[in-house]
Amino acid sequence: MGVGIEVNSLNAWYGANHTLQDITLHIPANEATALIGPSGCGKSTFVRCLNRMHETNPIAKVTGEVKIGGQDIYSDTSAVEVRRRIGMVFQRPNPFPTMSIYDNVASGLRLNGYRNRRVLDEVVERSLSHAALWEEVKNDLKKKSGASLSGGQQQRLCIARALAVDPEVLLMDEPASALDPVSTAKIEDLIFQLKTQYTIVIVTHNMQQAARVAERTGFFLNGKLVEFDSTHKIFTNPGDKRTEDYITGRFG
Amino acid sequence: MATMANPLRSSTANRRWRSFTNHAATWLAVGSTILVIAPLVAIFLDLVYKGASSLNLAFFLKLPVPPGESGGGMVNAIIGSVVVLALASLMGVPVGIAGGIYLSEFGRGTKLSNVVRFTADVLNGVPSIVMGIAVYGLIVAPTKTFSAFAGGVVLGIMMIPTVARTTEEMMLMVPHSIREAALGLGVPNWRSVLSIALRTAMPGVITGCMLAFARIAGETAPLLFTAFGNPFISTALNQPIEALPLQIYVYALGPYDDWHRLAWAGSLVLIVLIVVSVALVRFVTTRGVLKGAN
Amino acid sequence: MSLRIQEPRVPKTIDAAAPEGGLAPAPVSPTSGSGIRGFLQSRGSSSFADSTFRWLMLLSALSIFAIVGLIFVELVSHSQITLARFGYKFFVGSAWDPVNDNFGALPFIYGTIVSSVVSLVIAVPLAVGVAVFLTEMCPKAMRGILSFLTELLAAIPSVVYGLWGIFVLVPLLRGYIDPVLIALLGWTGLFVRPDFGIGLFAAGVILAIMILPIISSLTREVMNAVPHTQREAVLALGATRWEMIRMGVLRNARIGIVGSIILGLGRALGETMAVAMVIGSSPTITKSLLAPAATMASVIANEFAEAADDTYRSALIEIGLALFIVTIIVNILARLLVWAVTRGAPARAN
Repeated sequence: MGVGIEVNSLNAWYGANHTLQDITLHIPANEATALIGPSGCGKSTFVRCLNRMHETNPIAKVTGEVKIGGQDIYSDTSAVEVRRRIGMVFQRPNPFPTMSIYDNVASGLRLNGYRNRRVLDEVVERSLSHAALWEEVKNDLKKKSGASLSGGQQQRLCIARALAVDPEVLLMDEPASALDPVSTAKIEDLIFQLKTQYTIVIVTHNMQQAARVAERTGFFLNGKLVEFDSTHKIFTNPGDKRTEDYITGRFG
Repeated sequence: MATMANPLRSSTANRRWRSFTNHAATWLAVGSTILVIAPLVAIFLDLVYKGASSLNLAFFLKLPVPPGESGGGMVNAIIGSVVVLALASLMGVPVGIAGGIYLSEFGRGTKLSNVVRFTADVLNGVPSIVMGIAVYGLIVAPTKTFSAFAGGVVLGIMMIPTVARTTEEMMLMVPHSIREAALGLGVPNWRSVLSIALRTAMPGVITGCMLAFARIAGETAPLLFTAFGNPFISTALNQPIEALPLQIYVYALGPYDDWHRLAWAGSLVLIVLIVVSVALVRFVTTRGVLKGAN
Repeated sequence: MSLRIQEPRVPKTIDAAAPEGGLAPAPVSPTSGSGIRGFLQSRGSSSFADSTFRWLMLLSALSIFAIVGLIFVELVSHSQITLARFGYKFFVGSAWDPVNDNFGALPFIYGTIVSSVVSLVIAVPLAVGVAVFLTEMCPKAMRGILSFLTELLAAIPSVVYGLWGIFVLVPLLRGYIDPVLIALLGWTGLFVRPDFGIGLFAAGVILAIMILPIISSLTREVMNAVPHTQREAVLALGATRWEMIRMGVLRNARIGIVGSIILGLGRALGETMAVAMVIGSSPTITKSLLAPAATMASVIANEFAEAADDTYRSALIEIGLALFIVTIIVNILARLLVWAVTRGAPARAN
């Protein structure tokens, strides 16, 4: 089961640049929530604050409260522990190039010290099935390297890798933007299935994608959260004029 | 630009002069290249000619025989070199790689890392004989014995700057996206650096170590007063030990033809070892063998 | 097939494997019964491991400073005797007389400087010529092979150069080249008999061959760092290729080339084995380049093993200390100059 995310007065900086200003919202459990907005509006930064990846940059700074499943991830626990509970899929597929498909999927567990071979085998199979990749690679698990797959397959491999550690939340930062339409469709189907078991937050440039997969949508502009509501309402009857302008394509 | 003749005002003589200097410059440049390649070719031919004819099985298996007799070998020097170089690598490689990891993972862009890098380059320019007598003072003098250990220490120290610099370069080439993937999985930083980043950069790191190794394999001066030399096979770390370059030095200066013969043979072995390493390094770095990490 | 079912999920296989897998007790998260989650939550924050790792890496990087400091300390402490006894006179005294306990290092300073100057006079024009050829004139196909060959020159160990020097170069000099030099340049006093082939000139020639690759490859690097726009601007004015090289490239790369020359000088100053084998090992100062001599590095190599008493050894170590300081200064200067032109690009010519 996924968990809900509560964000209160989240502010983030890159050096002197105030990238996120006072964001407050509640992301419901077991739903897909889409974040849309023009380039540079802060949606990627927001998502990276949810698993404390933002602070890996030395000039980054964060204030505010983020509660995942009731636990404040900034004050109650360490960054490393947070990231084990939250999976992330990046814009460009990034499988580990020196590892086989099997090793890639198992890496989250193995690199944290998990050794049991039988369980790992099961987890790898389950994760790849969930990522709709099992049938295509089941005969080459240990023979092919992660980098030898096609772009769409690599991204599904990254999804499987993220799922293998059994996260409560799955963050996806424009996961299909580097992929062809067929792979994109496959990934969107995936999200439909996954959201029954995880809480999914997906950043997307593609408004049709948001409309297709997400129950809720948030619109970011210049570091502020302009509107956050059910997807249906945002796309048919937005409350804020800026949202309406963006949806109808009046700017970027 | 002031010294260049105004092309609009070029007289025939002026143009002829400029054409002449242009051709002369080309010939001089070609000539220098030939002059530079020539001793290289000459040295290699001499080594092969003089060394190969003396290179037989006995060379690799037998000990040196008393001066005047023939048929000896350099097995003590070969084994000695192996011991000292192994010691040096054991000390120099881990410290060098760790230093390189610091520069790329923690010190990126900091003043400290710039100073470390600069100092490493300067250290590479310190004459190896100076390193040798410093380690003499550090280890040989207090322990009152020449030793394989002292030889390993001085050569190990000489490896560190090179290994650290190349490790840093190779680690910097690992794409950020891969490190992010590891961190995103909740892998601790130390594990991500070692099991993911270093592993990806490994081919390049290894070639850096080979470069450093090839360099110290031929060093003589630092071993003069640390390892010192030994006419017998010895692997004891606290005893003097022979090494191939040391033996070559002594034999080259000696009065016996047989010794000279052995010196050439030893040089050939040394050169083959080094050329193979350099060629491998070049092959790996120009073909860009960082598996799929782009 | 779903990854999870609604009731607290502990898949039978994970349960049965618990002893081997080393799973932890009850998980902290309120939602899961998954064994995997429990295991991961038990792993902790690794902050101790992370900071230990960082410290170890930092210490290794700082070892570079430690090494430099160590060398300096050892050299100073083991040359106390002669430092105290002779002071600065050590470096101006020209009598090197171990038997009578009188030590003056001037002959070695002279030998070092002269042999290095000779090597630069020979090597610099050739190195720049090679660099110019490889960067601006050479057809691309040959560039790789030729640059590989010049790199190989740098890979040959000093002792092998010395060996070749003794048995090939010295006889060559004695038999063919020196007589020509004596005939043509004897009036300068630099090339006069007696001539045995060994001496400052032989050392200079060998040093030239050895420092050539460094100067050449660094010169190529600084030449390549000159932007193409410079070359094009000169060509657009109707310059010949040589004029373009001279004004568009060399003029801009001047500082870096000087830096690479100084780096080559640094290498020449400290070169030991090849020099020791062809220089004749005589602690004297003679005007003729064909006379035997000695350098700071060569005297240490040749006499340290026989230095029976502490004063003798101290004198030799003090020479080493001087060599250390001089080469560090020269190298710092050289690196700063090269860095100024190439902006810190990796210097591979070590």
